Amino acid sequence: MDKPLLTVSGLTRHFPRSATRVAAVDGVSFHIEPGETLALAGPSGSGKSTVAQLLLRLIDAEAGSITFKGEDWLALRGAALRARRRDLQLVFQDSLAAFNPRTTVARALDAPLRIHGLAPRSERPSRIAALLERVGLSPMLQHQAIHEISGGQRQRVAIARAIATRPSLIVLDEAVSALDVSLRGKILDLLLDLQQQEKIAYLFISHDLAVVRAFAHRVAILDKGRIMEQGDARKIIDAPQSDTGKALVAAIPALPAKA
Amino acid sequence: MRPLVTLRSLSVTYAGRDHAALKPLDLDILDGEKLAVIGESGSGKSTLALAIAGLLPATARIGGDLAWPEIRAAGRRRPQGGRDFGFVFQDSAASLDPMMPIGTQIAEVARAHLGLGWRQAREQAKSLLARVRLPDPDSVMGAYPHQLSGGQKQRVAIAAAIAAGPRLLIADEATSALDTIVQAEIVGLIRRLVEENGMTLLFVSHDIALAAELCDRIAVFRDGDMVELGATNQIISQPRHAYTRALLAAHIGLDAEPLLAGARHG
Repeated sequence: MDKPLLTVSGLTRHFPRSATRVAAVDGVSFHIEPGETLALAGPSGSGKSTVAQLLLRLIDAEAGSITFKGEDWLALRGAALRARRRDLQLVFQDSLAAFNPRTTVARALDAPLRIHGLAPRSERPSRIAALLERVGLSPMLQHQAIHEISGGQRQRVAIARAIATRPSLIVLDEAVSALDVSLRGKILDLLLDLQQQEKIAYLFISHDLAVVRAFAHRVAILDKGRIMEQGDARKIIDAPQSDTGKALVAAIPALPAKA
Repeated sequence: MRPLVTLRSLSVTYAGRDHAALKPLDLDILDGEKLAVIGESGSGKSTLALAIAGLLPATARIGGDLAWPEIRAAGRRRPQGGRDFGFVFQDSAASLDPMMPIGTQIAEVARAHLGLGWRQAREQAKSLLARVRLPDPDSVMGAYPHQLSGGQKQRVAIAAAIAAGPRLLIADEATSALDTIVQAEIVGLIRRLVEENGMTLLFVSHDIALAAELCDRIAVFRDGDMVELGATNQIISQPRHAYTRALLAAHIGLDAEPLLAGARHG
């Protein structure tokens, strides 16, 4: 068995109680192997996105440890942290909010290549074209403004930006939840293809256990900041043991049996 | 069943657009039925809901005829929000006044359309909050929208929508921003209220499985066209249009084949 890519242990973060309901994370532990998809599933306010924010070092943990590629991830500071960030990327639900709305597709993809020194200026246009082709978009699209392209195209650009730095782990925070169903399947297929070709691991954050069951290797069910159960995605979802797991499964609308 | 709303060659084109958001369609919304309108982005499903409610921007060009026969018979020109229909939007925060206590927002609807005094209207509001199963209606009466969760706000929006006892409840992606557990609760609430009040339901959704669980008939929209209309059973078991079949195929349910090829198991 591979050494885990990511090991999270006892991760804890509380927020002061306030009028706005903020989720806390309370002693969360999990690991992700290289090239593996771990889904983090739970209701709104269960702490899913807080785990993502802690992982991305957008907020600080109060307790617990994160080991990423053998390093103490929470101890990294300054230039060292910035340099390592290329290994851990993020794709959000709302692709419009994820970009500067006034930028172009080309500039959005140029930024990670430039910031992380991955390609000299002269090579970047061809790298950008290759990235767009990799996510199934025409390189012609690069001159368009981010707000001009469709939501599905924009989510592909967000994926292109995430893979530009050749990361080992991408956090997909409800990344397909807002897409039309006919588009969702295509984006999931693209993500699986990227995973198989580049051995990228995913932390797949979702409240939809049907999609989790189809897409993830393992799942951790989160509620009120704690992991209720975790394990093989199909085994857990086909026979959930925790109340939260049972409620999440029961809530999924089912098509009536076809005649 | 008598039609509550009849559409004849109804079409909608927004100002500055060449293409119709809704191409000419004929449709009867039957009194007491639960009709789902499903489709993806840009299908025209929300435009249809707004047209029925008379909420389209004044600059939109509307063709054909949209009639509420009973309202016409009563000599009124157009349906009135709150009285004839209640509208529940996806974003409940946007449909509630952030500066007004919950109780007042609901009581205002009852006061305006039922001619109640404030005291009676507030009593009505409190019983509505209990009917939509909000815990502790007394304290919710004085709460502001930001103090409630997304699911609770949607319950309040539903209470306000039905406060004056409308014949038609229009729910436009009313559960799409909620997590699956809360979505199931809100769908259950809508089903119960529609049945208890004998309302007609127009349920606009992108989710064909959710529509099938709740509704008697399904209308499938694509690019402004109603491509198929039928009983839920027929739409699911014997879809006639290729697009309906594609939507069904794209649905990921608990019985879906895992997408992971050669998933590592064991």
